[in-house]
Amino acid sequence: MLKSKILILSMVYGLWSMVCLVGCTPRQTNKSQTTITVWHWMTDREPAFLELAKRYEAKTGVKVNFDLYAPSDAYTQKVRAAAQGSNLPDLFGILGEKRDFASFIKAGHIADLTEQMNEGNGRWKNMFFGKALDVNAFAEGNSYGIKPGIYGVPIDIMTIQMVYNQDLFKQLGLNPEQPPQTWEEFLNIGKKIKDAGIHGMVSGWGELWMMDCFANNYAFNIMGKDKVIATIKGKVAYTDPDWIKVLSLFKQMQEAGVLYNGVVIMVNKTAEQLFANEKAVFAFNGSWCVNVYKGMNPDLKYAAMLPPKVSNKYPMVIWGGAGSSFMVNNKSAHKEEVIKFLNWFTEKEQQAYLAEATKNLPANKESLANIPSILAQFADDMEATTHPSTWGVSEFPAVIEAFDKGIQSIIIGEKTPEEVARKVQKIKERELAKKHQ
Amino acid sequence: MRTGVYYKTKRATINLLIHLFLITVAVTCLFPLLWMVGSSLKTQQTIFSDTSLIPKQMHWQNYYLAWKEGGFGRYFINSIFYTVSVVFGIVIISSLAAYAFSRFKFPGRNLIFYTFMAAMMIPIPGSFVALFVLLNKLHLRNTRVGYILCMIGVGLSTSIFLLKTFFDKTPRELEDAARIDGCSKVGIWWHVALPLAKPVLAVVVVFNALNVWNEYILALIIFDSRHLMPLQVALTTFQGEFITQYPLLMAGLTIAAMPIILVYLLMQKYIIKGVTAGAVVG
Amino acid sequence: MRIKSTLENYLFVLPAVTIFLVFYILPFFSVFQLSLYEWDGVLPNKVFVGLANFKEIISQDPDWWRSMLNASWVTLIALTFQNALAFLLACACDREMRLKNFYRVIFFIPPVLSEVVVGLVWQRILDGNYGLLNAWLMKLGFPQLVHSWLSDPRTALNCVALVHSWKGFGWGFLIFLAGLQTIPRELYEAARVDGASAWNMFRRITIPLMIPVTILVVILTILGTMQSFVLIISLVGGELAGHTSVPVLRILASMRGSSRFGYACAQGISFGLILVVISFIQYRFSKRARQV
Repeated sequence: MLKSKILILSMVYGLWSMVCLVGCTPRQTNKSQTTITVWHWMTDREPAFLELAKRYEAKTGVKVNFDLYAPSDAYTQKVRAAAQGSNLPDLFGILGEKRDFASFIKAGHIADLTEQMNEGNGRWKNMFFGKALDVNAFAEGNSYGIKPGIYGVPIDIMTIQMVYNQDLFKQLGLNPEQPPQTWEEFLNIGKKIKDAGIHGMVSGWGELWMMDCFANNYAFNIMGKDKVIATIKGKVAYTDPDWIKVLSLFKQMQEAGVLYNGVVIMVNKTAEQLFANEKAVFAFNGSWCVNVYKGMNPDLKYAAMLPPKVSNKYPMVIWGGAGSSFMVNNKSAHKEEVIKFLNWFTEKEQQAYLAEATKNLPANKESLANIPSILAQFADDMEATTHPSTWGVSEFPAVIEAFDKGIQSIIIGEKTPEEVARKVQKIKERELAKKHQ
Repeated sequence: MRTGVYYKTKRATINLLIHLFLITVAVTCLFPLLWMVGSSLKTQQTIFSDTSLIPKQMHWQNYYLAWKEGGFGRYFINSIFYTVSVVFGIVIISSLAAYAFSRFKFPGRNLIFYTFMAAMMIPIPGSFVALFVLLNKLHLRNTRVGYILCMIGVGLSTSIFLLKTFFDKTPRELEDAARIDGCSKVGIWWHVALPLAKPVLAVVVVFNALNVWNEYILALIIFDSRHLMPLQVALTTFQGEFITQYPLLMAGLTIAAMPIILVYLLMQKYIIKGVTAGAVVG
Repeated sequence: MRIKSTLENYLFVLPAVTIFLVFYILPFFSVFQLSLYEWDGVLPNKVFVGLANFKEIISQDPDWWRSMLNASWVTLIALTFQNALAFLLACACDREMRLKNFYRVIFFIPPVLSEVVVGLVWQRILDGNYGLLNAWLMKLGFPQLVHSWLSDPRTALNCVALVHSWKGFGWGFLIFLAGLQTIPRELYEAARVDGASAWNMFRRITIPLMIPVTILVVILTILGTMQSFVLIISLVGGELAGHTSVPVLRILASMRGSSRFGYACAQGISFGLILVVISFIQYRFSKRARQV
């Protein structure tokens, strides 16, 4: 009885497999129609991308396939595997640091777009915010050994700064139109927060890089860009008093009660969800948060602010620049078509559509018209931005990891800023020694 | 002298305690399931602010939306196809091999078996890229066959280990009897050994079905064409770069959990039936 | 005749060996080969460094050994707490009783649930600020026990171990139950007729016959728990300054964070070797235990 059941099922299965395996040979591509394949990770923008692809096909007859691979970790692995197997698509983005970008270029996977950018007196180049292009460019004398030029195209920009909940400010007796301007003011709010029994700042500091960003902003404020770059180059030690000052800021925040309890295990999504549900007074997040907060709590009253200054000697600098960028596959069969598409994609009209549909800042300067006011607050601070990809040097990953984990230790009260500084410097010296072998 | 009443109450108390124990554990197991279903019926705005287990307003349309937005139809069928193929393949291949390791003597037997065991114990995180490059060379990248073969490879060692352990402790009388009756080796394997191994086979089925059903990284790397992707990849649609559509994600996860629970429900019967006592005890 | 028989024997293992060779051995060698290079995974040239990566792991990577320690601790808890629970539950369900099937299904729900859901739910319960556990503790009158379970480095790892055990006991339960079911009822009947107490039956019949199954569960538990990492990310966001590092997270950090693909391969191989040694020691030990 059972055996005959199994037999019948096996036959059905066998027939089905044959149909599947045979019937699923790769579809014959229509040779007369060019197809461009794009790989991306931006789940939230997929509908907008598909709409733009439709418009392009209607206009030029060229089909554009947007393939989504999420989440971003998985996307990175896929791109790397494809790089080894030489089946990268026509257009794709590179998530990661400048060094990874440089490696891809050295391996011959990325097309140099400088010429196209400069054509016609720089028509394409001038469409963009300068800072957005800088992230995708390699400058003269960069430490990666790449020929200077522009190798990627930004499709949006973002800044990472702070936001605060205006209703909670009122509850604390603070002026909702006046965010704290100095560090002391910021810490003093911590006491009010403790007394009111609510929670302070949330951020994805379980993910390390956001914490690094915050620390870096204050490093620029305290010692200025040149000294930071000098430290990366190894000319200044991490045990320098200025760096210890940066690390101490975290201790001060923890003691003042201005941090959310448990911020060190938070991923950014959790931080966003907490701020949207009014469980936190401050958040340290990027301009993409506007779309997220709107989805979770459209009535949220909040405003953007720069991180409160510690010192007046140097300006407060935040990270900003290109949000997402696309690179052209150098080995693509239809490079010209791809570049033409990219050109169209970043033009004013398409960028305006993208910005409106996805509530992200456009990379095209002329497309800023219809963005919501809170987003405009982020855009206003664009001038005060920098980005690690524009510095021309990268810190050793082991040093960055020790630095970030060290900050976590400071926040949970395990180590002092001096101890962390010593450990980080030790690792830095070890890495420098390895490099010079 | 202890009376019957003493024993009866002792029995009753022990029973009660055992039941309390079981129920407590069962509650902790049920809670997440209920929470998942409850969350799937909320909206994006209320999912974190509303702390009740079952929301007052149930948004059953989330399931429909999840199905449509995730394009579940095709991916669901793909996942079923991959799971059935891999499980079927592993059951046949590993039971053949395990039976041979347990019953036959041939040169290299121990060496090969220990290599399989070692393979089970040496996971290679990051071997995905190596597998990908390999499949590329074999022209099996972006094919169903390639993925299925990879997944069979992944699950072989543990399944062989489970089955061999079982075969080792099964008495051979029934098989000897069959051999005397003139049955071929394959015949013995099919007619005698496999039926006896039903409980362990059921465990192997559940174990591998779960692994294949939940797998998604390898599928993401190997497949370029969307129409070949399994269900787990569709679920990532809801875990956006910046926005996670939690209610839809929960609805999707609930839908995705159903078939595996079904497989388990079917298989657990066999695990429980077990070997019929008396068949082999001399 | 002999040759034919031997060939038949080989035929039985042929499909397994073929697939194994192609889809495991080949990638293994390629990973091993890569571990001898310093490479970021993309650059066209790799730098041959021989065994330098392995030397570095042994002498210069305290984070790695810390992660091994953490994983071992979680595994230890899994071996004791998780498996003891699974065993007890299996014994409890082995008898004739109502709701047997109900329990069998319920206990297998945790393994079936995706790690995403498990992480989210337990975060809900263990959260330091709004968690259910703290809320219950307050209600029951134990405010002093309220704690930041997940963000306090002292308790974070134990919470991970707890959730892990919760998710994993279903498997042990299943396998133990299957094992208990294969013990012929006649043995118990005969012992009862002879006047043996429940405890004696347990000690003399159940335990010895369950040794092989227990060994199986132990090996599978060790292998499964040492390799886990997704739960840690969903519960505590990452390595919590090293307190919740585990080997796989370190390997991923090498691959993605520092772009040291060769080093990551070396870490993977070292990890595998350590697991092999542990498992083989255990297998030998178990063989001796079985002969007792």
